[in-house]
Amino acid sequence: MMNLRVDSPQAAVESSTLIPHGYYRRLRWISVSAVASVSVIPLIIMTVINYHQYEEAFRIEATRPVHRLTVSAKLSMESYLSERLSALQLVNRAASIEEMRDSAELAKWLTHIKRSFGGFVDLGLIDAAGKQVSYAGPHELIGRSYQDHDWFHEVSQRGVYVSDVFLGYRDSPHFVIAVIHDTSDGTLYVLRATIDTNAIVRRLASLAGPELNDAFLINREGILQTPSRLFGEVLGQLPFQVAENPEEPGILETKDPDGKPVLVGYAAVSNTPFEVAMINRSGVYHGDWLSLRRELVSFLIVSVLLILGMVFWGATYMINRARNADSRRATLYHKMEYTNKMAAIGRLAAGVAHEINNPLSIIHQNAGLVQDLLSVSGKEPPKEKLLSLIESVLSSVDRCSAITHRLLGFARHMDVETEEIDLELLIRGVLMFLEKEASYRNLRVDVTVDEKVPTIQSDRGQLQQVFLNIINNAFAAVEEGGSIAISVRKLNDQQVAVAITDNGMGIPEQNLAHIFEPFFTTKKGAGTGLGLSITYGIIQKLGGKIEVDSHEGKGTCFTVTLPLERKQS
Amino acid sequence: MRVLMVDDEVELVNALVERLGIRDIDAVGVTNGHDALEKIYEEPFDVVVCDVKMPGLGGLDVIKKVKEKWPDLAVILLTGHGSTRDAEEGVRAGAFRYLMKPINIETLVEVLREATEAGNGRGDGQIP
Repeated sequence: MMNLRVDSPQAAVESSTLIPHGYYRRLRWISVSAVASVSVIPLIIMTVINYHQYEEAFRIEATRPVHRLTVSAKLSMESYLSERLSALQLVNRAASIEEMRDSAELAKWLTHIKRSFGGFVDLGLIDAAGKQVSYAGPHELIGRSYQDHDWFHEVSQRGVYVSDVFLGYRDSPHFVIAVIHDTSDGTLYVLRATIDTNAIVRRLASLAGPELNDAFLINREGILQTPSRLFGEVLGQLPFQVAENPEEPGILETKDPDGKPVLVGYAAVSNTPFEVAMINRSGVYHGDWLSLRRELVSFLIVSVLLILGMVFWGATYMINRARNADSRRATLYHKMEYTNKMAAIGRLAAGVAHEINNPLSIIHQNAGLVQDLLSVSGKEPPKEKLLSLIESVLSSVDRCSAITHRLLGFARHMDVETEEIDLELLIRGVLMFLEKEASYRNLRVDVTVDEKVPTIQSDRGQLQQVFLNIINNAFAAVEEGGSIAISVRKLNDQQVAVAITDNGMGIPEQNLAHIFEPFFTTKKGAGTGLGLSITYGIIQKLGGKIEVDSHEGKGTCFTVTLPLERKQS
Repeated sequence: MRVLMVDDEVELVNALVERLGIRDIDAVGVTNGHDALEKIYEEPFDVVVCDVKMPGLGGLDVIKKVKEKWPDLAVILLTGHGSTRDAEEGVRAGAFRYLMKPINIETLVEVLREATEAGNGRGDGQIP
């Protein structure tokens, strides 16, 4: 025995008449989300990538000249200070200690190195006790003591020294370079020279040229060592921090005191406490970049809005088409149901016609007999006889009326409405159409109903159609003298089951999987192939299910399970 | 002329029997195929008028059995509109003619006369 619980693709088609409210709205949002995500997300990713690429390109374009000039300035400062130290070492080595202790001789050396190298302001010798022994220059510094000055102790230890810019005794910004002079008797002296910072300022301004806005020196603590056009005078503090003693030249993006964006190129001057700082206002760079960024963001927003608009419109259009198609299909399906019902009734027509014909014949013959009695026989008929014939006519009219009412009642129930239904009465009502055929063909039809079966809430017309379809099929399947058993039982607190079993020819196994498909029929020329398909759809609509057991040559059993209360779809 | 009227509707049979009687035709009515065959075995008839659709033995079964035993006995079939195919099959099986219900009594009388002239009643005129 093969059992089949049908879950055919057609089921989905037929159950489309049950599409709940909100389904299309959910479908639309799923479509919009899916299509939008595959189109908008790549667009956003590409735009973000482009954003960063453009930003990086602009930044490189803007920082390249600053970086180049910073490196040049660093090399230039290193060269300049290296030359000055070399000049001081030359004096240190060429001049004897006696010459250097003599301020006049020292002045000659100062003149000599000023002429040869330039950039020197003064020259002085300090003994081991930190006292100025001799001096050549514009200030009166002989006898001054530097014993407590940090630079003096540092040069004593390191041998060579380049100072930060400081005010000192002369009370004006300057810096010094100093070297140790070691005499043959072991006495230490320090040869010190003051460097002209104006020469450095001029050199930095020359390096900056027209490309940059500012160039100056700072020390490791960010104190200005030369005046800055943007950040103030010598010994002022820079408002931002650059890397201390950076190994490689770097670029810093910050703002000047006016709040305008600037690019700061910085690099340490080797063997000195100085760093060069080259400043370029990055307004142009920022302006161009901001303009492009605005275009990029605008492009993204417009594109996303356009895509979303198109996707939303497209999805709405498609969903509306689908909804209309579903609606048309539902209407068509409803018509098919009606057609099927009419076809099922049509199949009963012969029996119904015969059923009506018999009482009509009785009426006809009884009326004829009355006529005969009154006219042909030539004598007055007894009153009782006439009354008996009229009674027979009237009861035949009642029979006809009952048949037509039953047929009309069956055809009328097409609109879906839920009411309380006694399944036994409904099934027996369906069987009344077929009882004559059963009688003529000697078919045994048994209906057994479990005592506990309650009434159910369902649709009368739809159920009539379901059971007429199935019972009609059972009648078609059995031979003369065959039997059909219909049982109604309660399954549980929610469901009842109606089983229609026949001992007919059964359904071949290869057909069993297709019997609920529309237009599938084995009754060539005699069936539409819609009966069981529509039956399946109706049962689904009513919240039930249908199963079939069949064995070829032995019979078929259709089991319809129905809920006690119909769920509102 | 003796006529056996067979129909499962007893009121129809009674009315027809009486109407034929008024027209001097000796008619006897039964309401199923078995009774009809028994009656034919028991009594001679010139014509049998039999409904096609009946519970148990239908008109076609009756005609086949009658024709097996008395091939000359005329059988007229009565049929509703829904079962003319069966009646035509009956004619092929040897029925004299078929008539559609509701039947006109004069038409029936005329056909009965034709059938009586054409047929030979139960043939042997003997009760088996």
